[in-house]
Amino acid sequence: MTNSIEANLISGRTFMQGVAIEGHKHEEEYIKACGIIEMDVSDLKKLHLFPGQTVRVRSANGEVVVRAVKTTQGPHPGLVFIPMGPWANQVTSPNTYSTGMPHFKGVKVTVEPAPNEKVLNGITLLQTTTLHLKETAQ
Amino acid sequence: MIETKTETQVKPESLKIVTDVVCPFCGTLCDDIKVVLDGNRIVDTMNACIIGNEKFKSAQAGHRIMTPMEREEGTTEFAPVSYDYAIEKAAQILANAKRPLLYGWSSTSCEAQEVGNELAEVCGGVTDNTASVCHGPSIMAIQTVGAPCCTLGEVKNRADLIIYWGCNPIHAHPRHMSRYSIYPRGFFTERGFDDRTLVVVDPRPTDTAKQADIYVQVEQGRDYEVLDALRTATRGEDIPDVVGGVKKEQIKELAELAKTKKFGLLFFGMGVTQTTGKHRNIDMAISWVADMNKYTKFSLIPMRGHYNVTGAGQVMTWQSGFPFAMDFSRGHARYNPGETAANDMLQRHECDAAMVIASDPGAHFPVSSMKWYAQIPTIVLDPHYTPTTGISNIVIPSSIVGIEEEGTAYRMDNVPIRCRKVIDAPEGLLSDEEVLKRILNRVKEIKGLPAGTHH
Repeated sequence: MTNSIEANLISGRTFMQGVAIEGHKHEEEYIKACGIIEMDVSDLKKLHLFPGQTVRVRSANGEVVVRAVKTTQGPHPGLVFIPMGPWANQVTSPNTYSTGMPHFKGVKVTVEPAPNEKVLNGITLLQTTTLHLKETAQ
Repeated sequence: MIETKTETQVKPESLKIVTDVVCPFCGTLCDDIKVVLDGNRIVDTMNACIIGNEKFKSAQAGHRIMTPMEREEGTTEFAPVSYDYAIEKAAQILANAKRPLLYGWSSTSCEAQEVGNELAEVCGGVTDNTASVCHGPSIMAIQTVGAPCCTLGEVKNRADLIIYWGCNPIHAHPRHMSRYSIYPRGFFTERGFDDRTLVVVDPRPTDTAKQADIYVQVEQGRDYEVLDALRTATRGEDIPDVVGGVKKEQIKELAELAKTKKFGLLFFGMGVTQTTGKHRNIDMAISWVADMNKYTKFSLIPMRGHYNVTGAGQVMTWQSGFPFAMDFSRGHARYNPGETAANDMLQRHECDAAMVIASDPGAHFPVSSMKWYAQIPTIVLDPHYTPTTGISNIVIPSSIVGIEEEGTAYRMDNVPIRCRKVIDAPEGLLSDEEVLKRILNRVKEIKGLPAGTHH
């Protein structure tokens, strides 16, 4: 990979996530609140990224396109944060280690720029990744 | 920012203020909200945080699900159906399943949870609440080593040392610090925050950490080591120079500081339950708190997320003996997280139908769990459109407890609070409790069981 970094992913709440989940999950607001990855400025520089550009986040469990933003609760180089939601959960680890609790924090990921990619709507993202949809005529 | 769609012309004389309203969002369960009404319309709220305010206003912002729906197989198209049809379908799915999963419960009333647990028993299914992906590991640790506990009122009146470990109340419980822990003036804490010391332990310098007197930056996933070192240092033993990214001096300083305080309180969150170690982290935290009681008064409280996730655990426990991940498939209640929790069931394809109530696993479970959910017959009860409603077969809307229905909820410190009804629900919408009762009665009919409740 030419331009990518390895990072440690954690997910969790933000107050904008809390606001967006109250009836806005089908709307643009949810994408703005949770379809993002908060990164340290030094990590953004390594990827030659400007805040607001889209990135692809991959882990052993999947991949997702989200918008990179400058962290508001930093510095935390090497650590990246995606607010809890369908975007984060494309890559979090389902392993519960016999506790019932998946591994939502501490997931090894790679982050790479993904120009021209679109961050999908939260509901659409889950539908396209879980349902076996029939081919629909356009 | 999210636009609030309530700014229309109102005449001041027609406004009414409902006081002492309980906010049905997070486990802080603030009970001092004022809601300004114009007839049956919510105009504004007072005292609520940004999230609580949105919870009340979004009830009438025009994006509710107004009728039950059924998804056409293999598409994302939904067709409106009647409540009678949706309830019949739901009952058929649950009655015909061998081991259905009933998941959620944490954003509805204890009264609805009570009916839901009977439904799980009648169906021979598994019922699990959101503690499973929240404080399930804390519950497991408490079952192992016990827990010193107290109410938030005691925290307000007595605590002079507050530790937030792996939690970020400014974002997740916005009024927690102002109502109970840091800022309020209490009986023995007359000077408010001047009488208290705030310690935050987190891998990120969070917005909560920025308010702290002492911030401990632990390396992500190393909470167990730091807690263990703290426990060792408290006993006066030597520890390595650096543990989990934290210097020996800082750990020792924290151990000594804690001993000088009159009443310490450890609040802990997802930073310790969702990371490496899980219940073992909490086990160690409780053990340290227990040790601290040799020197001073010390207690701990988990920062519960959903406003009634604590209640879900309470109701399950008084009905059948276990707080979450409860399996009725053998005819009696069984509990084994790691096997009977929602994610374990979905990962191993061990449920053949699922019903989700008052929560959104579509957004908050790893996608591989939801891939199995998408393949089995599913029912969801939710007032709003969510990723879960987007992939379920039957969608049943309901009224919102704490806004449109009364109901009991438990605060994070296990104090039950009666939520109020502020406005009438949109015409035709049923409550969670009503929908669940009708499904339960129909399932009993299909299975040839006597009607009525027997719990």
